[in-house]
Amino acid sequence: MTFLSRHRIILPVVSLAVLLAATFYMQPRAMSYFGLNLLFNLAVPIALATIAQMMIIMVNDIDLSLGAFVSLAACVTATFLNDTPMIGLLILLALILSYAVLGALIHALELPAIVVTLGMSFVWSGLALFILSSPGGASPGWLRTLMTVKPPFAPMAVVAAVIIAGVTHLLIIRSGLGTVLRGVGGNARSVERAGWPVIRLKALAYGLAGLFGVLAGMALVGLTTSADANIALRYTLLSIAGVILGGGEFTGGKVSPVGAVIGALTLTLAASFLSFMRLSPDWQIGAQGAILILVLTARLIFSRKGAEA
Amino acid sequence: MTISKMLLSAAGFAMVAGLAQADTSGKRIALSNNYAGNSWRQAMLETFQETGKQAVDDGVVAAADAYTTSENQATEQAAQIQNMILQGYDAIVLNAASPTALNGAVKEACDAGLVVVSFDGIVTEPCAWRIAVDFAAMGKEEVDYLATRLPDGGKLLEIRGLAGVFVDDEISKGIHEGVAEHDQFEIVGSVHGDWAQDVSQKAVAGILPSLPPVVGVVTQGGDGYGAAQAFKAAGRDTPLIVLGNRQDELKWWSEQHEANGYETMSLSIAPGVASLAFWVAQQVLDGADVPKDLTVPFLKITQDNLAEALETTPEGSVANVTYTLDDAKTVISDAK
Repeated sequence: MTFLSRHRIILPVVSLAVLLAATFYMQPRAMSYFGLNLLFNLAVPIALATIAQMMIIMVNDIDLSLGAFVSLAACVTATFLNDTPMIGLLILLALILSYAVLGALIHALELPAIVVTLGMSFVWSGLALFILSSPGGASPGWLRTLMTVKPPFAPMAVVAAVIIAGVTHLLIIRSGLGTVLRGVGGNARSVERAGWPVIRLKALAYGLAGLFGVLAGMALVGLTTSADANIALRYTLLSIAGVILGGGEFTGGKVSPVGAVIGALTLTLAASFLSFMRLSPDWQIGAQGAILILVLTARLIFSRKGAEA
Repeated sequence: MTISKMLLSAAGFAMVAGLAQADTSGKRIALSNNYAGNSWRQAMLETFQETGKQAVDDGVVAAADAYTTSENQATEQAAQIQNMILQGYDAIVLNAASPTALNGAVKEACDAGLVVVSFDGIVTEPCAWRIAVDFAAMGKEEVDYLATRLPDGGKLLEIRGLAGVFVDDEISKGIHEGVAEHDQFEIVGSVHGDWAQDVSQKAVAGILPSLPPVVGVVTQGGDGYGAAQAFKAAGRDTPLIVLGNRQDELKWWSEQHEANGYETMSLSIAPGVASLAFWVAQQVLDGADVPKDLTVPFLKITQDNLAEALETTPEGSVANVTYTLDDAKTVISDAK
């Protein structure tokens, strides 16, 4: 069992594979280029949001404003980025920057991230309502094209998931900077004593979260073709669940980008699977929770056995 | 040669017979619903399921299944619609969480050859059909009715719905159009009742002391009973209150009628519009030429059919009507 506890990526992969097999068994139509895309295209923004959440969890914080932030990014994308691309781009950059500043503030003033982000969620929601008080806007043409592109061999959703996982794996696991960033979550004091400016590293982690949050909002608008101020509110909890499902831990420093992307795909698939099962909506949320608890229990059992061995 | 000829003619006959019957007997229709948390939506789901089951039993369609998302979110409903494409449905009847945020998924469905009919919560994607409600006409009709009952006119109190919601703006616009046309009326006060009896009662009670005597109250539905209670508590004469088909409103009206011959009118959108959307989808599948934009008729209750409506409306619910295939055909031909 030490094998499983050392390779924590195995459990998320197995969960996804089992769920995928069950879905294919119930709905053979899903087993095609077209079907896979329909099944997973809405998982792309969730995967990006999960990566954003992972950046925060990596430095031992948690972000309760992510859903509202992604909604705001979606609203900016569907309005300013579409009508006046330069201004839209500037606003999105400002949003990323404000996330970085937030990270620095949280570290400098030793504020609890959970409180600050909860407060910010109302700011982001308010701004989103201010920009788009009633549902509307339109996706920039290039974004729509990008999100509905039909690459050869594998559908867009799968290609995008692989790219997101690959890039963030290189950034967080392989690069030197990524290792230091994970160190901040693991033991910030050691990193500081080793001469690293922790405040800048935290700002960087939050800035990366902001970047992926903005990307999530853009991807979402590319799929839905328009936005509303509440469009991504569920992403806060989905992203946290995705990180944990993918093998990340709240203790900081222990995260897996590939696992996070797989976690996001699993969560999306779980919802579709339950819908294919014709489960009553009253039970669906509960059943989604049950799947989550099942996977986490499995992980706990494996890690306990690993510790004993 | 004779055999092949016979086979050919048999095939031809089968094709003709197939055309003559309902073309849709093998088709499957799904309802995508975003919310089930109030009496209107519950009645809507019930009507769809009844209509769907009857149609399946009669062999008109192969399946009519209702799905509700577990959370009232556009992203969830988009995923639900995409799942329906995978499940091989031929048509989706849709009450949308957002008029625009589902357009991507609806386009996917259209591209996959599905018929999408949106109603109540409609979508703007051009490939979908829309069964919309002319809320402005509903507001205007209220004032038109008051004009027939009160030819001398007078002062009116307006109860509005939830601020910032499209439906509220539309009904109010219609009411003000009506008042502009019938200039013997004047709106002397306006409050937001949020389509709820308790909120309306408080709001009306709050504004009443500052108002001159009013002859009529124009409402948006769900607020008439509360308004009546506020007038009673203030010791004022009950004005002519236009009602909105809720069971408590109809019951109050009936009681008042027995006590003092009170007469008014009640109108709203019937949750049974889901059954209308079902039949429209069936007609589109059948190959009928259906305009993309259709309008739902209101469900109007007058003194003549009050007793009947009250009897068929469960307590705490809203008056309903189940539309038939013929109703759908009428709506379609009216729109042409």
